[in-house]
Amino acid sequence: MNPETLRGYALRAAVEDVLYDYAAALDEGALERWPFFFTAGALYEVVSRENEERGLPLALVRCEGRGMMIDRATALKEVLFYSPRTYRHFISNVRPVWRSEERIEAVSNFVLLQTLVERETTVLVAGQYRDTLVVEDGKLLFGGKRCIYDTTMIPNTVVYPL
Amino acid sequence: MTKQPMRVWPAEGASRAPYWIYDDPEVFRVEQERIFGQSWCYVGLAAEVPEPGRFQRSHVGDRSVILVRDKEGKINVLENRCAHRGMEFCRASAGKATRFLCPYHQWTFDLEGNLCGVPFKRGIHGEGGMPDDFDLADHPLRKLRVTNHNGAVFASYAEEPEPFERYLADPMRAYFDRVFDGRPLRVLGYMRQRIPCNWKLILENTKDPYHATLLHSFLVTFGLFRADQKSEVRLDPSGRHAALVSRHGGRQLTVAASEMASYKSDYTLQDRRLLDMQAEFHDGVGVVMMTLFPNLILHQQGNSLATRHIVPRGPDSTELSWTFFGYEDDDEALSTRRLRQANLFGPAGLVSLDDGEALKATQEGLRNARDACAVVEMGGRDREDANVMVTETALRAFFHHYMHVMGFVRAEDER
Ligand code: FES
Ligand SMILES: [Fe+2]
Repeated sequence: MNPETLRGYALRAAVEDVLYDYAAALDEGALERWPFFFTAGALYEVVSRENEERGLPLALVRCEGRGMMIDRATALKEVLFYSPRTYRHFISNVRPVWRSEERIEAVSNFVLLQTLVERETTVLVAGQYRDTLVVEDGKLLFGGKRCIYDTTMIPNTVVYPL
Repeated sequence: MTKQPMRVWPAEGASRAPYWIYDDPEVFRVEQERIFGQSWCYVGLAAEVPEPGRFQRSHVGDRSVILVRDKEGKINVLENRCAHRGMEFCRASAGKATRFLCPYHQWTFDLEGNLCGVPFKRGIHGEGGMPDDFDLADHPLRKLRVTNHNGAVFASYAEEPEPFERYLADPMRAYFDRVFDGRPLRVLGYMRQRIPCNWKLILENTKDPYHATLLHSFLVTFGLFRADQKSEVRLDPSGRHAALVSRHGGRQLTVAASEMASYKSDYTLQDRRLLDMQAEFHDGVGVVMMTLFPNLILHQQGNSLATRHIVPRGPDSTELSWTFFGYEDDDEALSTRRLRQANLFGPAGLVSLDDGEALKATQEGLRNARDACAVVEMGGRDREDANVMVTETALRAFFHHYMHVMGFVRAEDER
């Protein structure tokens, strides 16, 4: 096995670590930590595959920078009404590539399971993350994240971030 | 003849709503006939089918229809059900076509819905084939009546629908035309959600400014919609449509905050751009929420414009399709504002998420409570226009109209 391939494996492991930490924070309900997986100026978008394929710019969620992410996290924690629930992220098929000296692009698949009070567990959404990662202060952070969801019809609401 | 007791509306009339209207399959079936099978119904925007051949799937009630622009540039609304054996032949959500081909036996229809080809019509080697008197002209797709009102397209299953000018009359028409003023529109995108509740609860939610001042803490806290702001409820003479109108206020409360537990004075935004709204209608009105019976909500909230198309799927299941749009001549900054403010709406919206959750819980609460009813007395028992948000007048007007079209009688009238 050549060194190039091994470096590729190390890269995947590093990106997977970030994705799994991200998922763990969300699944634990640690919303206040969510914005800090991103650089201050990162664009976080949740976009339907329908809009994406038709070239339509509308996002379901669009946070232009960490400030908007903090506002959404705070609103979810302190302001909005919704029934209690558990979300569980499954992330797989992680494929990162170096785009330049300091920029990684990674696509991966996600499935989000939802469990409500007195209800069985169901699939809420499935789709693909298209991420940009950069190194900042020795840490890998999302410089941008597009969550493209396949789910044409959302089962009622998407409360927590994908 | 004795009526089934559950069909009798409470004696109080429109200030009560019996819960059986929300979960009885028989009521749902009759609604499809008498309401969605008769009324003008919103089906989409002309901008979704900008040129000849472009089509878009849509719904009238729970029936699938196709919105298509024909060669002459006219918009047709055709039922998505093959004239042969009933296949829902148009499978793509949107696209471009010169004709519609049903995959099952390849009958073809032109963009006006006329049958123009049947394979093996004359059989093979003189065997089989359609009877000699089979005429293609007798078997078109079902064609609905269509009105394109300044870019908003409505269709009706009725042979002779009510004149559109009467369906959408002033004062509703003036509010509608404020957004649909004839300027070409640009579709920004869709959000689609299935809310596990009856379709009427969704319409009623937007006729109910009382809840908006309480449930929607986000609006309340930021003065986007609050009980102490200058506001109006305007009704259609028939009672079926309504417009809730509000002017944005600041954060300063003018009534006791204790009345509004949802006012969170210590919550501030890190990034004010979310609520940075540009005056664009020049009448000082920040919010107009319109309900057009039976299946359209039109919202203008700040710079966010959207139609919300109600598709009833069953007594306790409704799809809500949001089409966000702007105008073709929007500049970059205004477009960005519209996209940014969309964060407030839809299935993940900082305002609308509460509604989806509240409506689901309401449906769960009223399920099988056929002997109970909703109490709708905020603002009195009449159904007049109001200049206050804490009123349910538009709900009473709606129930009044609904009883009439459905033929429900009050308990005392029945005796
Ligand atoms: S069902 Fe359409 S061609 Fe037979
Ligand atoms: Fe609401």
